[in-house]
Amino acid sequence: MFHYYLKLSLKSIGRQKSLSVLISTTLGLGIAACMITYSLIYLMSKDPLPNKSNRVYHVQLDNWHRNSAAIEPNLPPEEVTWRDAMNIVHAKQAKYQAAHAITWGMVTPANKNVPPFLGIIRATQGEFFPMFDVPFLYGQGWQNHPINHVEYVTVLSKETNQRVFAGINSVGKTLPMLGKLFTVVGVLDEWHPSPKFFDMSFGAFYPPEDLYVPLQIKAELELPHGGHTHCWEKDLGDNYQAFLNSECVNFNLWIELASQQNKPQFDNYLQTYVEQQKGLGRFPRVSNNIVLNINQWLVYKKVISSDMYLFFYLALLFLLVCLFNAASLISTKFTAKNSEIALRRALGANQLAILSQCLTETLILGCLGALIGIIFCLMGLEGIKYLYPNFSAFVTLDMPLMLITVGISILSSVLAGLIPSIKVSMLAPAGYLK
Amino acid sequence: MLKMTDVKKVFRTDLVETHALRDFNLHVGEGDFVAVTGPSGSGKTTFLNIAGLLETFNGGTYELDGQDVSNLNDKKRSQLRNEKIGFIFQSFNLIPDLNLFDNVDVPLRYRGFNSAERKKRIESSLEMVGLAQRMKHLPSQLSGGQQQRVAIARALAGEPRFLLADEPTGNLDTQMANSVMDLLKSINAAGTTIIMVTHDGQLASQARRNIYVRDGKVSEVNDTDAATAPHLAAV
Repeated sequence: MFHYYLKLSLKSIGRQKSLSVLISTTLGLGIAACMITYSLIYLMSKDPLPNKSNRVYHVQLDNWHRNSAAIEPNLPPEEVTWRDAMNIVHAKQAKYQAAHAITWGMVTPANKNVPPFLGIIRATQGEFFPMFDVPFLYGQGWQNHPINHVEYVTVLSKETNQRVFAGINSVGKTLPMLGKLFTVVGVLDEWHPSPKFFDMSFGAFYPPEDLYVPLQIKAELELPHGGHTHCWEKDLGDNYQAFLNSECVNFNLWIELASQQNKPQFDNYLQTYVEQQKGLGRFPRVSNNIVLNINQWLVYKKVISSDMYLFFYLALLFLLVCLFNAASLISTKFTAKNSEIALRRALGANQLAILSQCLTETLILGCLGALIGIIFCLMGLEGIKYLYPNFSAFVTLDMPLMLITVGISILSSVLAGLIPSIKVSMLAPAGYLK
Repeated sequence: MLKMTDVKKVFRTDLVETHALRDFNLHVGEGDFVAVTGPSGSGKTTFLNIAGLLETFNGGTYELDGQDVSNLNDKKRSQLRNEKIGFIFQSFNLIPDLNLFDNVDVPLRYRGFNSAERKKRIESSLEMVGLAQRMKHLPSQLSGGQQQRVAIARALAGEPRFLLADEPTGNLDTQMANSVMDLLKSINAAGTTIIMVTHDGQLASQARRNIYVRDGKVSEVNDTDAATAPHLAAV
């Protein structure tokens, strides 16, 4: 019978084209509004490292002033000092560990056809790449170097490799920058982690850096401190080494454990480390280490703002209004068919058959609504990309979202059509037949 | 076959209570051709709707083919209607955007026949009413008489025991009305019981049996020669 209901529904939709398009558009608009906000929330909260997010941790230590918290209420700073970064990374208590910070400097390609440019650089340790599953197009990263070892190597983003080396395999080639000659050891493939969980200094959706260099280079060449730099000591001294020896925080510290079960062990290590440092006169506050896995860190950082949820709730309300409107339009559509329904009842259709026929029609209207909703949703997301270029890399309607849109549309249409369908299936046929 | 005993039907609104049928008693045997006449508002159509299981009633008993239908649920009533009753309406009630084939197909779909069986029955019933060549036409392409023939074909396709006709010739000119009446008589002659509500005394006189309804009751029954019944002459 479904085939028969389908045929009847298509005929009915063809007979009342304008009304049908209006119903589907009403549903589509409500669904698009919901899906645009939901897409943003979904994409923002998407696990950036689904294979290992529960064992990759961000480390926070409370080295702040005795009488004031780094972040109220009583939270440690989000970055660590150079000393702590070096000590913890070189203690090798985790499978991988890497501290990193953002910096910048001039890149002066040897090819005269490529003008010099200011490169945004991530200074990091070699285990940054395997820890965050960074994809390589050519070559690879470098090993975590001993603390005083300086090696002038670099990894280029795909875009930078395109810009400087026209996209060829540039591994082994040299690149003058920061006043030194760096050897390219790797070129990344497309890599736009969104949210950019490992360093949200400039926001969770800031584009990735142009180049990557070993963290020791930052100290060796006294590169500027990008991202968040916070200090609480008054007299730091005015040289770079004084900054590195200070309690100023600038370095994001991440570790990857072999398994979640190793977390208590790492927490113990961290606590022991803090106690040792207390013995050296540091860490005047009560121990307050925070070690959060990636998803916990995203929640901690409130990557999805409360405004976004507010928009989503408003969009849900809008969908509700659209549903009421669609229900009213569907009711009008079915009322126009009262005499046909009455005739079908007289000819032997029971209430369930009429209900099925009407719901099949609303189902088709829902599918049309989904199509219209997807088109509106894509247009809306394009508009967001246009207005907020930082979102470009991740704002997209992927297959799961598309399926959710279709599902919500069909569910909405059935909800909107249910009461009119029940109503029409229960009409007394005698009143409409002559 | 069709037996109504003391059937009552009351329509109620907030202000008014209308007794459409009061202690309505009627027995229609197999193969009968009954014409139901009576003034407007006498309860003829209400009787037909109840007989066709399109309406419920408030009291009394109604047996259709030996089965008490008083307490049947919607599914059973619809099934009974589909299998045992065919309807013919004054305004034909064809679905305008379905062709003749699909119009006749409607009751068969709800019967659950397979497509070959449905095709056979549709073609045969359209053949019977002389419209087999036009089964792909839309109702709007036919005359009134032809449309009523399609409605009859639709009613017959399911091979019902009863044919309930409400003013079947009310919208037709005399010539077409006679042709439809001839068709009904031949259907009756083939064994189908027909109950026909009409205002037309001439048509009623062609039925085997006449009943006259007044104020919701069967007030007169003429089983022999309807043409001589005094009330019919006045209709």
